Amino acid sequence: MPQLPDLPLDGLFGQVIMDHYRNPRNRAPVASPDIHAHERNPFCGDAVTVDLKLDNDGRVVQVSVQSEGCSILQATASLMSEALLGKTLEQLLQLSGQFRDWMQGRLKSNPPELEPMQALQVVRQHPVRIKCALLPWTALEVGAQGHRQAKKFPLLPL
Amino acid sequence: MKIRKDFPVLAQTVHGKPLVYLDNAATTQKPQAVIDTLVRYYTTENANIHRGVHTLSQLATEDYEGARGKVRRLLNAREDREIVFVRGTTEAINLVAQTYGRQNVGPGDEIVISAMEHHSNIVPWQMLCQERRALLKVVPCNDAGELLLDEYEKLLSPRTKLVSIVHVSNALGTINPAKQLVDMAHRWGAPVLLDGAQAAAHMPVDVQALGCDFYAFSGHKLYGPTGIGVLYGRAELLEAMPPYQGGGDMIRSVTFEKTLYNSLPYKFEAGTPNIAGSIGLGTAIDYVNFIGLERIAAYEDELLTYGADRLSSIEGLRIIGTAKEKAGILSFVLDKVHPHDIGTILDAEGVAVRTGHHCAQPLMDRFGVPATARASLSFYNTKEEIDILVKGIDRVLEVFS
Repeated sequence: MPQLPDLPLDGLFGQVIMDHYRNPRNRAPVASPDIHAHERNPFCGDAVTVDLKLDNDGRVVQVSVQSEGCSILQATASLMSEALLGKTLEQLLQLSGQFRDWMQGRLKSNPPELEPMQALQVVRQHPVRIKCALLPWTALEVGAQGHRQAKKFPLLPL
Repeated sequence: MKIRKDFPVLAQTVHGKPLVYLDNAATTQKPQAVIDTLVRYYTTENANIHRGVHTLSQLATEDYEGARGKVRRLLNAREDREIVFVRGTTEAINLVAQTYGRQNVGPGDEIVISAMEHHSNIVPWQMLCQERRALLKVVPCNDAGELLLDEYEKLLSPRTKLVSIVHVSNALGTINPAKQLVDMAHRWGAPVLLDGAQAAAHMPVDVQALGCDFYAFSGHKLYGPTGIGVLYGRAELLEAMPPYQGGGDMIRSVTFEKTLYNSLPYKFEAGTPNIAGSIGLGTAIDYVNFIGLERIAAYEDELLTYGADRLSSIEGLRIIGTAKEKAGILSFVLDKVHPHDIGTILDAEGVAVRTGHHCAQPLMDRFGVPATARASLSFYNTKEEIDILVKGIDRVLEVFS
């Protein structure tokens, strides 16, 4: 009888992930955000909204990440929201790139920035669920890049 | 259960648990007989058909046309030439849209579909309507997932150029009153295509009794190989339709000035077809006939009743699709758990279900859910497997309690 490898689940729905899923952090809306992005996965209806406020130096001073969908998405959105304060746009995009590389197995060692997200390591064993964990980061990237474009090409004053 | 031994894939463990395969609406497993047919074909008689005088080509042609005869008998069509081999239901519908549709649908005309269509019975018509400036009309359904026939009646008019409706809904399991739908459309002179993707393997289908003008199904949902499907069309309509694709095999004679098209069904089978797939489908039909579609329908209905009873006893579980006439599909949502989480936990228990929108996003919107988990049954499933599904759902609720 052929055997497929056993699949450890406990980590996937483990304490940290379930805690962030049940009590997501930083969900309160941010008034007049500098960065705003909304991303959806049409295949499952998962959705994330990212709102960030920046100070004059371009560092994140207020964070709101709202998500709807499965546990992996919501836990990742919550864990991500805790990692954004004080970062510049470049640092946000760098972190996001690192997260992607980590999920898709392109990193040899884990950068210290991802230490607080170690609970998500288990998602890598469930390839079909990696896209759930990437959706909040996609929203972050879309928002950050949109802001950068807007800075480069500001609307002409009327 | 002796039948299970015919399906080698079922005798597996997944993540250390026996495989419980409940994703039969997505695709069915293949009996050894079908696998053997493919191996035998490629091992002993692989050749191109309809053009060689050599022995292998004759054998392959005979088997390919033999499979067409088996499909004709399965659907009780009048003639073999009414059976066109295509890639699957999707291609069958696109074929009708691009040939019959483009020939007969003009500005202001209407095409009627239903609220419970698969994307493959929505998008080809939208594309046609956009091109022809025609209108797509949608028959609504009630909360149980049954079509509202009064509303259907109101949508029909002399402007209705075609009705295309699913025979059995892939997301809800509803068995639509096909004969009645056909009769009502015919009163307005509109031909009817029935999407039989979820019907053909689960109940006897008689296209003459239904009176439909087109019937489409996919081989891989009828225990056959992927990449082979069938379009049945009434000969009279097929004769009048322009070809779908141009190429070899669909022609009688070609000069640079003029091409004469081949007779039915070859006019619609350009290029080398899926010969092995067709022959494999023929074997799958033999296999299904050997068990008997009446018996299959009765057994799957018994399983469905058992499954619906067991599932509805779970607190916080809602079954989507509770039509009186229903085939073996159990679509459900849990109050507090997203379908993907249900799917992952069930997978760890060895249970394969589909989670998502089942290529029926408008229907998901109709029921106000982003997605569902769906267990879909086959004659090789057992009540014990439904018990394992229920235990798996209990496990989901435990993890998310």
